[in-house]
Amino acid sequence: MEFVLALLVVVLVAWFVTAPLRNREPAQSDDDPAVAELADLEARKAAKYRQIRDAETDRAAGKLTEEDYRRLDHELRAEAIDILKRIDRLQQPRGE
Amino acid sequence: MDPSRKRKIRLVIALSAAVLLAAGLVYTSFSASTEAKEPSQLLQSDPSGTYELTGKVVPGSIQHAGDELNFKVSDRDGTDPIPVSYSGEVPDPFRDGREVIVTGKLQDGTFVGERDSLVTKCPSKFTTTTPGQSS
Amino acid sequence: MPVEVHDDHAGAVQLTIFGSALLAAALLAALYAAGAGVYGGRTGDRRWVESARRAVYAMAALLTSAVVIIEIAFLRDDFGFALVADHSSTTTPTFYKLTAMWSSQEGSLLLWAWVLSLASSGVLFITRNRHREIVPWATAVLAGIGAFFVGLMIFKAQPFGHLDPAPAEGAGLTPLLRNPYMAVHPPMLYSGYVFWSIPFAFCVGALIARRLDASWIRTTRNFALCAWTFLGIGLLLGSRWSYEELGWGGYWGWDPVENAALMPWLVGTAFLHSVMVQEKRGMLKVWNVSLICGTFSLCLLGTFLVRSGVLQSIHAFGASTVGGPLLALIAVVAIGSTVLIVSRLDQLRPERRIESLLSRESIFLVNNLLLVGLAAVIFWGTFFPLISEFFTGEKHSLAAPWFNRYVTPIGVLLVLFTGIGPLLAWGRLSPSAARRLLLGPGLVALATIVVLLAVSDAGHHPWALFVFAFAAFTLAALAGEFWRAAATRRSLTGESAPRALVEAVGRNRRRYGGYIVHAGIALTLIGIAASSSFQTNRDLRLQVGQTATVGDYTIRYDKLTSDPNPERLSFVSHLSVSRDGKSIGTLAPARNYYPSDDPTAGPIGRYFMGESTSEVGLRSRAGGDLWTAFQPDLSVLNPDIKRGNDQLANLPAAAQEFAILALVQHYVQNPPPATFRVIVNPLVGWIWIGALIALAGAVMAGWPALESRQRLEAAYRARLGRELGTATESS
Repeated sequence: MEFVLALLVVVLVAWFVTAPLRNREPAQSDDDPAVAELADLEARKAAKYRQIRDAETDRAAGKLTEEDYRRLDHELRAEAIDILKRIDRLQQPRGE
Repeated sequence: MDPSRKRKIRLVIALSAAVLLAAGLVYTSFSASTEAKEPSQLLQSDPSGTYELTGKVVPGSIQHAGDELNFKVSDRDGTDPIPVSYSGEVPDPFRDGREVIVTGKLQDGTFVGERDSLVTKCPSKFTTTTPGQSS
Repeated sequence: MPVEVHDDHAGAVQLTIFGSALLAAALLAALYAAGAGVYGGRTGDRRWVESARRAVYAMAALLTSAVVIIEIAFLRDDFGFALVADHSSTTTPTFYKLTAMWSSQEGSLLLWAWVLSLASSGVLFITRNRHREIVPWATAVLAGIGAFFVGLMIFKAQPFGHLDPAPAEGAGLTPLLRNPYMAVHPPMLYSGYVFWSIPFAFCVGALIARRLDASWIRTTRNFALCAWTFLGIGLLLGSRWSYEELGWGGYWGWDPVENAALMPWLVGTAFLHSVMVQEKRGMLKVWNVSLICGTFSLCLLGTFLVRSGVLQSIHAFGASTVGGPLLALIAVVAIGSTVLIVSRLDQLRPERRIESLLSRESIFLVNNLLLVGLAAVIFWGTFFPLISEFFTGEKHSLAAPWFNRYVTPIGVLLVLFTGIGPLLAWGRLSPSAARRLLLGPGLVALATIVVLLAVSDAGHHPWALFVFAFAAFTLAALAGEFWRAAATRRSLTGESAPRALVEAVGRNRRRYGGYIVHAGIALTLIGIAASSSFQTNRDLRLQVGQTATVGDYTIRYDKLTSDPNPERLSFVSHLSVSRDGKSIGTLAPARNYYPSDDPTAGPIGRYFMGESTSEVGLRSRAGGDLWTAFQPDLSVLNPDIKRGNDQLANLPAAAQEFAILALVQHYVQNPPPATFRVIVNPLVGWIWIGALIALAGAVMAGWPALESRQRLEAAYRARLGRELGTATESS
C-alpha cells in the first residue's frame, strides 16, 4: 500500500519537475530578460540616488568639506546618469 | 609618497603585526594549556604537573564528605579507576556513569581537583543508536 | 486490545516506509536539481533552470511531508517510530513532544534539510525572473547541499527507523531539555546556519558566472540579515538558558559548541558590514566573497562540531557516524571556494582605492580585521587540543581564562569602533570635521572614566573601565547621529523635532536600524564587562535558620519544603533576602530529581539516582541580579534508601510511592546543611536587553521597503504603456 503511494508521489514529482522540459520551446520570448534587467537597473538607480542623498546629508551634517562633497557628488551623479542611459537604451527598441 | 607605495607600506605593516600577534598567540597557548589525559594515561605517565582528567564516574563511588566530594574516575571502558577529591561547584548532570572533566594534580595516588574545575557532560544527545536502545 | 496494537504497529511500519520513500524521493529531486542547474547554467537553456527550480520546490514539499509525518507520530505517541520511542513518552507535555524531533541526531538533520529546502524555494521563487546567469549555479549549490543532508539521513541517521514490536512507553525527553529556551534554540540556530547558505550559493554562482558586481549581494542581503538575526537569537537563547537553568550561574563558558555558533556569527557580522563597502564604493570584493565562504564553512563546521566527538565538551558526543561526511563537505566547500575565488581574482579588482584612513570604508576594513581576528583566536582556542595533538602527540586544552585573556582586548577595540563607524562618512572625512564629531563622544568617554574612578573600584579592572568608556563613547556618538538626522531634516522641512526624527529614520531604515543594533551591542558589552569584572560569587553551607552575607545582601535560609509529583521529586529551599537591613523579598531555589530507568538503582533509589535539574532563584533588576542555586545533601538518606530498596522491592508501586513521600517528608523536617551558590551579578540584565535591542534594530534594518515591489510593477506598467503606444497612469 505504502509502496503504491510512494510510487504515486514519485510520478507526481517527476511530472511536475519535467513540465518545463516538455511544454516550452527552448528559445523563450525574449522580452522577459529585458524586464528583469530593467528591474535590476532600477534597483541600482535607487541605490545610487540614496547614495547621492546620503552624501548631501553628510555635507549638511558637516562631515564632508565642500570640496570633498563636490567631488563625491560629481562622481555619484555621473554613475547615476550612466545607469539612466542604460535604462533608456533598454526601453527604446520597444517603441519602434 | 605616491598612494600605491603608501598602500604597500600599510599592507606590510598590517601583515607584520598580524604575524607577530599570531606568533605570540601560538607561543602562549602551549604554556597556558593543560594536557588532557584519561586515567590509564595518567597512571602511565609523569604524575607531577597539572592535568585535565577525562573519564567516566565509576558507579557507586560518589561520596560527599562535608564540603568535599570524593569519587572515582575510570576510562570510558571502565578500567583504571583513579580516586578523585574535589571541592567546589558540582554541575547538575553529575552522577554515576557520567563523563566528566576535572583539572588538577595527582597527589599520593589521589587526583586532587582544582576548585570549580569539574565539568560534567550532558547526557549524549547525538548518538546514532540502533533503534530501540536508549542512549 | 491485541488487534489494536497490531494495527498500530502495522500502521507505524507502513508510515515509516513511506517516510523513508519520501526522503529517497527528496534525495533524487535534490540530485536532479543540482544536475539540471549545472546543465542550465552551462547551456543557458532556461527550461532546465526552471526544471531545477521545480525540483527544489518538490524537495521542499517532500521534506515538509516527512516532517509532518514525524510530528504527527510524536503527537500520537506512536512508539513504532524509533525516533518517538527514544525521545518522547506519554507523559511528555505536548509542546515538548513537538519540539522533541530536533533533540535527536536524525531529527536535527531533518530540520536542517527542511529549513534549507524552504529557504531555497523562497529565494528561487523571488529570483525566478532575475539574475539569469547566477541563479542556475546557485540552484545547483543549494540543491547539492540539500542532497548532502538528505543523503546523510538516509545512509547514516535514518529518522524513519521503526521498532518491531513497538514499546508501550517511550524513553521521554531529558529533563534538562524540557525548557522553552532549549526547545526553541535548535531551530533558531539551524535557521541561522541555513540562511547563510543563500548568499553563499549566490556568491558561488556569481563567481562561476563571472558576474561580480553587487547584484548577488543585493539579492541576498535580506537572507544574510535573517541569518545573522537567527544565529544571534540562537546565541542569546543558549546563553540565557545556561544562566537561568543550569546551576552554574554563568552565561558563556567558551565551550566548543558555544564557539561553534559564535564564530560564524562574528564572520557574518564582518560580511554584513563589508558588503556595504562594495555596494557604495566598489571595494573589498575579495573580502566579501571570502567572508561569505568563510561564514558558511564555519556554519558547517559548527554543525559538525556538535556531532562529531572530536573535542571535549560539556555536550557529550556518542560514537557518531556523521562526523566524517560533514568534514568532507566542509573540505569541499572551503577548498572549492578558495580555488574559485583565486581563479576570479582579476574580476574582483576594486573599482576604487581607500583614499583616507578617516573614512567609513577604512573603518570597515579595520572592523573586518578585528572580527576575523577574533574568530581566528576563538578557532585556535577551540581546536587547540587537536592542533597540539597533531604537533606534539599530546592533547592540550585551553580553558576560559585563556579565551578571556585574548578575546577581551579585541572585544574592547570593537566596542570603540562600533561608535566610530557611524560617525564617519563614505569617502574622505575632513580632519576638522572628524575632530568636531569625535569631540563630544570623546568627552563623554572621559567623563565616564573620571566618574567611575571616583565612585567605584573600576580602577582595579582596567579592561572593564575601557569597555565602559568606549561604550559610553559609542552611545553618545549614536545619540549624536540621531540628533543630527532630526536637526538636518528639521532645517529642511520645519517639522517638529520628534516628527523630524521619525521621518529621517524612516527614510533610511537600513542605516538607523544598524545604529540601533550598535546601541544594543554596546549595552550588551556593558553588561558583560560589569557582570564579569564586578561579580561577587560565594559558595555557602547553611543550616536552616542560618544567615550569610554576600556582597551587599544578607541571606537567611528559612526552611525547606518539598513538592513531589509522579514526574519528579522537588526540594525547594526558601531564602529571605535583605539589604541594608531592609527586607527585599524571598527567593526559592530548588532542585528537582527525575526518576531513573536504571533497574539497578532499586525501586526507592531510582527516584534519587536519575537526572537532576536546578531551579535557580533569581532576582533581576536593572542594577543587577541576585542569583542563587541550591544543592541539598541527600547522602544522609542513603541508609534509608538502601533499606527501602531491599525491603519494599516486592510491594506494589503505590506502597513504594508512599514510602518515598514519607522519606521526603522526614528529610524536609530536619534537613542537614545544604550548599548554596550565591552570585551577585551587576548589570547582567543589560546583556539580554542589549541583545534584544540589537535584534530589533536588525529587523528594522531589514524591513523590506515598499519601493522594491513597486519598482517591478512600474517596469511592467511602463512596458505596457510603450507597447500600447499610450502613456500609463501610475495606479
